[in-house]
Amino acid sequence: MANHLSQKFEEIVGKGNVLASEVDRHNYSYDAAVLPPKLPALAVRPETPEALGRVVATCNELGLPLTVRGSGTNLSGGAIPSVGGVVALTGALSKIIEINEADMYAVVQTGVVTAKFAAEVAKRGLFYPPDPGSQAVSTIGGNVAENAGGLRGLKYGVTKDYVMGMSLYDVNGELVKTGSRTVKCVTGLNLHGLMVGSEGTLGVFNEIILKLVPPPKASKAMMAIFDDLGKASETVAAIIAAKIVPATLEYMDDFTIKTVEDFAHAGLPTDAKALLLIEVDGHPAQVEDEAAEVEAICKRIGATRIQVAKDAAERNKVWEARRAALSALARVRPTTVLEDATVPRSKIPAMIGALEAIAAKYRLTIGTFGHAGDGNLHPTILTDKRDHEEFKRVEAAIDEIFDVALSLGGTLSGEHGIGTAKSRYMVKEVGQGSILYAKRLKAALDPKGILNPGKITGE
Amino acid sequence: MSEMRALVGLLKQIDDQLVACMRCGMCQAVCPIYAETGLEGHVARGKIALLECLADEIIKDPAGVKERLDTCLLCGSCQANCPSGVKALDIFLKARAFLTGYYGLPPVKRAIFRGLLKNPRLFDSVMSIAAKFQGIFTRPVNDMIGSSCARVFSDLIGGRHFAPLAKRPLHDLASERDAPRGFSGLKAAFFYGCVVDKMFPRIGNAALSVFDHHGVGVYMPHAQACCGIPALSSGDRDTFEKLVAMNMALFGDHDFDVLVTPCATCTSTIKKIWPLMAEGLPDSTRFRIREMAAKVKDISAFLIQDVGVRPVDLPVVGEPVTVTYHDPCHLKKSLGISAEPRALIAANPRYRLVEMEGADSCCGSGGSFTLQHYDLSKRIGKRKRDNIVATGAHVAATSCPACMLQIGDMLSQAGDTLAIRHPVEIYAETLTGR
Repeated sequence: MANHLSQKFEEIVGKGNVLASEVDRHNYSYDAAVLPPKLPALAVRPETPEALGRVVATCNELGLPLTVRGSGTNLSGGAIPSVGGVVALTGALSKIIEINEADMYAVVQTGVVTAKFAAEVAKRGLFYPPDPGSQAVSTIGGNVAENAGGLRGLKYGVTKDYVMGMSLYDVNGELVKTGSRTVKCVTGLNLHGLMVGSEGTLGVFNEIILKLVPPPKASKAMMAIFDDLGKASETVAAIIAAKIVPATLEYMDDFTIKTVEDFAHAGLPTDAKALLLIEVDGHPAQVEDEAAEVEAICKRIGATRIQVAKDAAERNKVWEARRAALSALARVRPTTVLEDATVPRSKIPAMIGALEAIAAKYRLTIGTFGHAGDGNLHPTILTDKRDHEEFKRVEAAIDEIFDVALSLGGTLSGEHGIGTAKSRYMVKEVGQGSILYAKRLKAALDPKGILNPGKITGE
Repeated sequence: MSEMRALVGLLKQIDDQLVACMRCGMCQAVCPIYAETGLEGHVARGKIALLECLADEIIKDPAGVKERLDTCLLCGSCQANCPSGVKALDIFLKARAFLTGYYGLPPVKRAIFRGLLKNPRLFDSVMSIAAKFQGIFTRPVNDMIGSSCARVFSDLIGGRHFAPLAKRPLHDLASERDAPRGFSGLKAAFFYGCVVDKMFPRIGNAALSVFDHHGVGVYMPHAQACCGIPALSSGDRDTFEKLVAMNMALFGDHDFDVLVTPCATCTSTIKKIWPLMAEGLPDSTRFRIREMAAKVKDISAFLIQDVGVRPVDLPVVGEPVTVTYHDPCHLKKSLGISAEPRALIAANPRYRLVEMEGADSCCGSGGSFTLQHYDLSKRIGKRKRDNIVATGAHVAATSCPACMLQIGDMLSQAGDTLAIRHPVEIYAETLTGR
């Protein structure tokens, strides 16, 4: 059976591009989520768009579950296949087809690595802002499927704000086109809008048209340290109230500060309660004004220390602490569970208070950092998945984190996706009606349910 | 089946190291092999996942896991960039030893490691005979690089352009010495390493003249054994431990301040791998090995940091010679040394350093990796060659003789006429030029 199946796919993608050995199957059974692996029947690596389309059609014909995989960095299990299913790798579909400077858009294949694309765009004097934490390896296809965010979300938005259109394969392998290379386009249903964040459940992306913007001419970064959490969140609120939208506005809690300092020796005060990293960008004159105003706000509210970066080297130093946050936390215990429950920005103090209470209640270590400007915090639970008793408490804590986030008017996931990790909580946030609607939509587009089954709406 | 049990038992020993991998996949950004193949099984995350499966007895096919593990340059790029600090190299070296224990060494490697390497005197004499006869089997192809290719036996050598064995190895050209501290107040033990001894004795001679010039007393015994990394990376822990013991007997009780090597791989092996693999040895042996590891230093780091070499005031006639420097993985990624070799080159005003793109990306040699996976190794090497040539430099410099062999092969095959030099050779030119 397995041999027969391999042969069938070899006819489509070529002999070297079907990976069906025991080790290959295990290698495509997981992603970056802390979830059990699932063993696919095989993985295929199409080298042409046509082959990709035929892979989709063949899976549908045979009723085989199909999961598309870029770099497998998803944190909610979106790239974990179904048992006995097919994994389609996009690594060989990684061409940047066009970067159009006059019309400020780009067309790419789905397997292009985000950071490589952003660097190519920067070389032409333009800017692709979405910068998810995994950008050095993540692919554009994965970013679109998960609607990835990043540090610049507050001012520049997230992946969905840059998708102008795409072509995709429907479940029968037919090519579907949506959107265009123009700023305005109301031709047909906004299908690309539907595809963003669909986690591979509604179609398989082929080419994506992305919006580009001019880069800011100047930027200024600063670090403000607080001895009181309330003052830090008051500062965030005051900056926004002053009608200043920083490019980034990052938060770090006391545990994270201590851990980063132990790890990176960046000179952070270990008795601090909270830290904000703020960067404003834009026209040089505006940047100067806004930086001065932000600094004044930090002082007025009572930051114990403010460090404004005077040059690129100092800016790098300010950012070093933030970049080290996850690395430093990840080294404390063997297993790192990175959550991304998100609340309206004004509810951040309440959320942080609740996280502290949850950590105490379940006797867990939780370090929290994240995007204070957009309410997207990353409570990071440090644990050991081999300790089953402790891991039960971790799961209970996650349940409660979601409950709190929802009660504050927030959402289950800011940027990591629902996948299989959070599908069972969906009903709490959106209600049964929304789930039914989504399921009917899925059933109409994918009658056999082969497209990344189990993701978002559950089995 | 009982052997499989034993293998599982051994893998459980490294369970704590395996579990530290959080599967974030950031290693995909830096792995030179993954850049070529794009296969999960070729990147650290994929290999660690397979080892966990093997330890948990979910995978029944150790051969498949071994094949993936062996497709690795041991360059350490993944470890240097790992957000959660996974000790990937420790894991891979130990796992290779476990799997080789399970399967045994292939016969050719067994003959080389156990027959030759373990027996430095025999190794020396076999190689000196080979040096005399190599001209019959090979022919010179590139005078500038000094490479040769196969005249006959081409199926064994493939299309390689390799540096020939030196007519006379270093241990024949330079006599053993044990000189007291000179005016520098320093005494160095000189561990020249197999490749310098047998293929690039000119690097050894350059080093000795620099030591003499700066009043560094030198202890240089012959019959030095290999540092052990070729054996260990093939999983032959037994030979590795014997080689370490031989070297410890030769250097362990001797009086010197620093153990200096002109080879990035030897430096990194002695500094990091010797103590790592000594974990299970008796306390006294372990302690002595750790002391030796603390004393080892790359030659450029020694000359810049300890001897205090600074730019030499020399008349420069005409345009300076341009040189580009390749960072060996075992020096930069393993030990964080990248400024000192450049400073040593810059000490010669007749040279001008031009940086290449990706100076610290692997050259694709990976020691015996290039023997097993020549095609992959060549693809990685080709990128390095292109980056070197794009600088327009006259000279390619690097601190590891194994990288020199690989870079020489790649440049020679492309018909390029750059010279390949070790930083200490470039610096040594200032001594004769005054």
